[in-house]
This record gives sequence, C-alpha cells and structure tokens, in this order.
Amino acid sequence: MSDPRSPRGPLQVDGEVFSMKRVGDYFHLTVVAEGIAERTRPGNFLALAVGGDTSAALLRRAFSIYRARPSGIYGGTVEIVFAVGGPGTAWLAARQPHDALNIVGPLGRPFALPREPVACALVGGGYGSAPLFALAERLRERGCAVHMVLGASTESRLFGALEARRAAQSVTVTTVDGSVGIAGLVTDPLPSLLSRNNVEVVYSCGPMAMLAAVTRVAGSHGAWSQTAVEESMACGIGVCMTCVLPVVGDDGMTRMVRSCVEGPVFAGDRVRWESVGTIPAGTLGAPAPDVSLASGAGNPQ
Amino acid sequence: MLPDDVDLTTVVGDAHLLNPVMTASGCAAAGRELHQFFDVAELGAVVTKSIMREARSGRATPRMVETPSGMLNSIGLQGPGIDSFLARDLPWLLQQGARPIVSIAGSSLGEYAELARRVGNTPGIAAVEVNISCPNVENRGLVFACDPVQASRAVNVVRRDTPRGVPVLAKLSPDVTSIVEIATAVVEAGADGVVLINTLLGLHIDLETARPTLAGVTGGLSGPGVRPVAVRAVWQVANALPSVPIIGVGGIRTGRDALEFLFAGATAVQVGTAIFNDPGAPARVLRELRVELATRGFAKASDAVGYANRPLPSRRQEV
Repeated sequence: MSDPRSPRGPLQVDGEVFSMKRVGDYFHLTVVAEGIAERTRPGNFLALAVGGDTSAALLRRAFSIYRARPSGIYGGTVEIVFAVGGPGTAWLAARQPHDALNIVGPLGRPFALPREPVACALVGGGYGSAPLFALAERLRERGCAVHMVLGASTESRLFGALEARRAAQSVTVTTVDGSVGIAGLVTDPLPSLLSRNNVEVVYSCGPMAMLAAVTRVAGSHGAWSQTAVEESMACGIGVCMTCVLPVVGDDGMTRMVRSCVEGPVFAGDRVRWESVGTIPAGTLGAPAPDVSLASGAGNPQ
Repeated sequence: MLPDDVDLTTVVGDAHLLNPVMTASGCAAAGRELHQFFDVAELGAVVTKSIMREARSGRATPRMVETPSGMLNSIGLQGPGIDSFLARDLPWLLQQGARPIVSIAGSSLGEYAELARRVGNTPGIAAVEVNISCPNVENRGLVFACDPVQASRAVNVVRRDTPRGVPVLAKLSPDVTSIVEIATAVVEAGADGVVLINTLLGLHIDLETARPTLAGVTGGLSGPGVRPVAVRAVWQVANALPSVPIIGVGGIRTGRDALEFLFAGATAVQVGTAIFNDPGAPARVLRELRVELATRGFAKASDAVGYANRPLPSRRQEV
C-alpha cells in the first residue's frame, strides 16, 4: 500500500475545493488535497470522481496537474485547468469553494528532464499548456533555456500566454484564426525556433495530431521529444485497459501500452502516431487478420 | 453484535476464504495497481484479469464508453499471456499473502485444458475461474457461454485438468434464455460453483459520427445499472441449485449491494466496475458489509446467504 508518509505512489484523498475561476473558455480549479502536491512532478495527472458518492457517472476524469503547492495556509493544494465537454466536466465546473472532491493522484509518469542545461522548447495546445509551467520552472532550475510555444484555435482557448512570459525566455503564440499571435499552428514557427536556439529537447502536451506533428518537427531537427498524451481513461490507475496506444519498446516491438501508467508522457519517437486508435500489424499479440474476434461477438473484458 | 464480531469466513467448494469479498475479473488487473490503495491480502480473493495462452493486444480504441450508472467495454482480453503471468504476476500476488483466483479464457477446448493444467498446478491458488464468454474458433466463433453444450465442454476440460482440491468456478453470461439451464449444464460438467454474471452485450452509437462508438462495435455492459439483472440471476440459480456455491457479481458498489447478493443466495461477491470510480472499493465494500451484517444481527456472513428466500413465517399466513 502507498504509505501516506512516503513520498511515492498515488493517494486517494477527499479534497476540498478552494477556488474555481473562469479563464477564457476554461476553468481553473484549485483544490486542497492532503499529501498529493508533495509527490507531484511535472507531467503527473489527477483522476477526479464526478457527481458525488452516488453519481451515475462512474468513470474518473483525468486532468494533468497545472500547479502543485505542498504547503499553504490551508494545506497542500493542486490545480487543474479544464474545458467543459460533457455532463461530468459541467458538474465539476459548478463546484464552489468548500465542496468535496474525491481525488486520486498524482498518477502517471512525469516528464523526463535533461541532465545537461540544454535549450528546451515547450509546446502546448489549448489547455494542454497547463502542465508546462511547472516543467518550465524545473528546467530553469537546471539551467536550461526555456522557449514556449502556445497555440489554440482562437484567443479565448489559449491558456497561460501571460504567465508564459515569466516562465520562459521566449514566448511564441499561434492561433488558427489569427485572433492573437501568428495565424496558424504551433508547428509553423517551431522549425525556425528550434534551429535559432539550438533546442535539444521538445516537450509537448495537447491533441494527438499536434503531438504527432511536433514529434516530426523535433525529429527532423535532431531534438529529443517528450509528449504528454490525452487518451480517454476510465480509471487512471492502470486496471481498466481502455487508454492504450501503440508504442515501440526498447526491443523494437510495438505494444498496446496504458497511457495512464506507462504514460501519459512518452518519448515522441516511440509512439506510432499514425496508428493510434488501431492495432498496427506486428503489435505484440495482434490478432491474425482472418480471426473473427473483431466482430464484437460475446463480451470478453 | 459488533462489526468486528461478525464471522465472515466463507467456503466456496474446497476454498476456505477469510471473507466473501473479491475483485471481479478484468477490473483489478493482477492486483498490483490496487495494492497502492488497500492491502490486497485483506480480501477474500483477488480474481485476476482473464489470462490466455498467448499474449494478446486486445482491440483497437475506443474501448470504453460511459453509460448511465455503468459503462460499456470492448477490451478484447488484452494480456501478457500465461508465461508472463505465471512468471511475474502470480508470484507477486502470492508474496503479498493474497488468495488468487485465476481467471482463464480460451478460444478452443485445448487452450482451456492447457491453461487449467498450468494454473491449477501452481501452489497457493484459491480457485480457477473459467471465463467462457469467449468466441470458440472451432465452432464458428460462437461464444461458449451462450450454449449449454459448448459451455459444459469448456468447463469439463478445465475440471478434468485442474487438480482436485482446486475449485473450478464457471463465470456465466446473462445473455441467455435460461441462466438456470446453463448453470445446470456447467455444474453437471464438474463446476464447483458459478459466478453470476458476466457483462451484458450492449451497443452505443456516437451521434456526431453516426457510427458505433466502440472500435469493437459491441461491448460488455457493467456497473450498478446491471445489478438487478445480476441479483435476479443469482436468485434463480440459488433456487434451482440450492447446494451450488454462487459468487454474485454485477454492479456492487457498497456493502448494502453486497448484502443484497448474499440475501439472494450468493456465498461470495465480486466488486468490479466500482473500482474505476473508487480504487479502494473492494476493501470499503468489505468494511461496509461487516457493518450491514452486524446491524441486522447476523453473527455469520453465511447465515445471510439466501436469507431472502426463507419460508414465510406461519404467523403471517394465519392473519
């Protein structure tokens, strides 16, 4: 069992909402949760139960951790940024200070940090930028130069553009509609930014298509890439087997791996981005093409 | 009656368990992840995710969709295969002092037999659970569990190749015309007990794409939404086969839910989908069940088994 006093492993905590603020199209939740902040590292996530103890929405919602503060007047707090996408997140957005929230975390593998003080680019799409600020802080402590690229469809869906100016040496903003910054995608200004600054590590968090594109750009510049994926999850702790994606291991074999425990952060060049959502041929244990298992007959779990 | 005074010991065939609360197969992996939240050795048993002979990738994603008070899943039995399971997962469970019930799944009778031999001969196994909700590649891909003859053949080879003293439990699908007919068939084939119920087959359509949401098209429905179906199945089989141990599973979220299954005739219960909502659910259900039994004056959990099926008091007939 996770010992609440030991600094490792996730905890399940009855937390208390400290604040809920609107930020553009998003919500910024701060919750008092004993013990979680101490063990949080950038890239970890939380799994929140929604709807209360008798909720008909059973599956936990996963959110990457924006900030974690081990101690404060009210005890340790953790923060997330989220968009309302359905009844579960709508319920969450309606929470008020002092409301109870059951939290499991911190979960998942955090971002790997470079040993040397190299230049890094941090690329966030939408509220995917949230975990990058704590990461920027860690990188700066190690003497790394930090360049941030934040992108979104439109200005109200950018998160943290102002905060980025404090966190990074350079900030580049892109919006698809051109409402602020460069009109286009995060990958448009990225190639020149990588060469100009001799960037060696590219961190990214956001939609799958963006992570795939960022990984390609990083690869063509010889930079190492670390991507935090957003797969839909039921449990967040590694037991439900729903959040899998095809990832190549050290042995060259592709496996369907759980993004909750083996991720959410993956080396970008290990993820078979073009095959996400499928079982690519040659994956460990992939069915023979003629086997009728794909018919959905029966109900094996 | 104090909660700590309630005798929770449970007997399922030759398996003697500390208490009647288990994990449900497919919702607890092989216990390791849940051990971060509670001590897996506290449970009556840890039922592992169904293991097959070879490693399996499972199905494409999406594999899951939330439903009212439940979920549909279409995982496709992703797993590492029996070699890795016996080398890594099972020794870990035994090391923690847990009582493993190993769920096995085959796509042919030969595969069931081989799994039974390899699992059954591992010391420390509490029981073997046979997941027969799998397509039989030797019989046009029809699911074993939906036909009494196929179901009993699978159970029969497992019983034949599992050492005496290790109970064989057959997990049945509710998607049949008569659960009693299937239960009777597998018991005649040698099952020492039945596990009721596996998921119900369901379908969800994504209104944005106007296509089925799950990559596997259909999925298994589980969670509190299916609980009345499971309680009904337990009740029917308990009435038809009063001497056969039944393990009730389907939508158990609280100690009250577990007690309902005991009253319906289940000797033990499994907690499944509720784990996704609360990773501590199995241990919590156990604590709550203890209180529910004590509150009602049951000195032994076994006294509550089938209690809802007791004869009406004669006094009421006189009134």
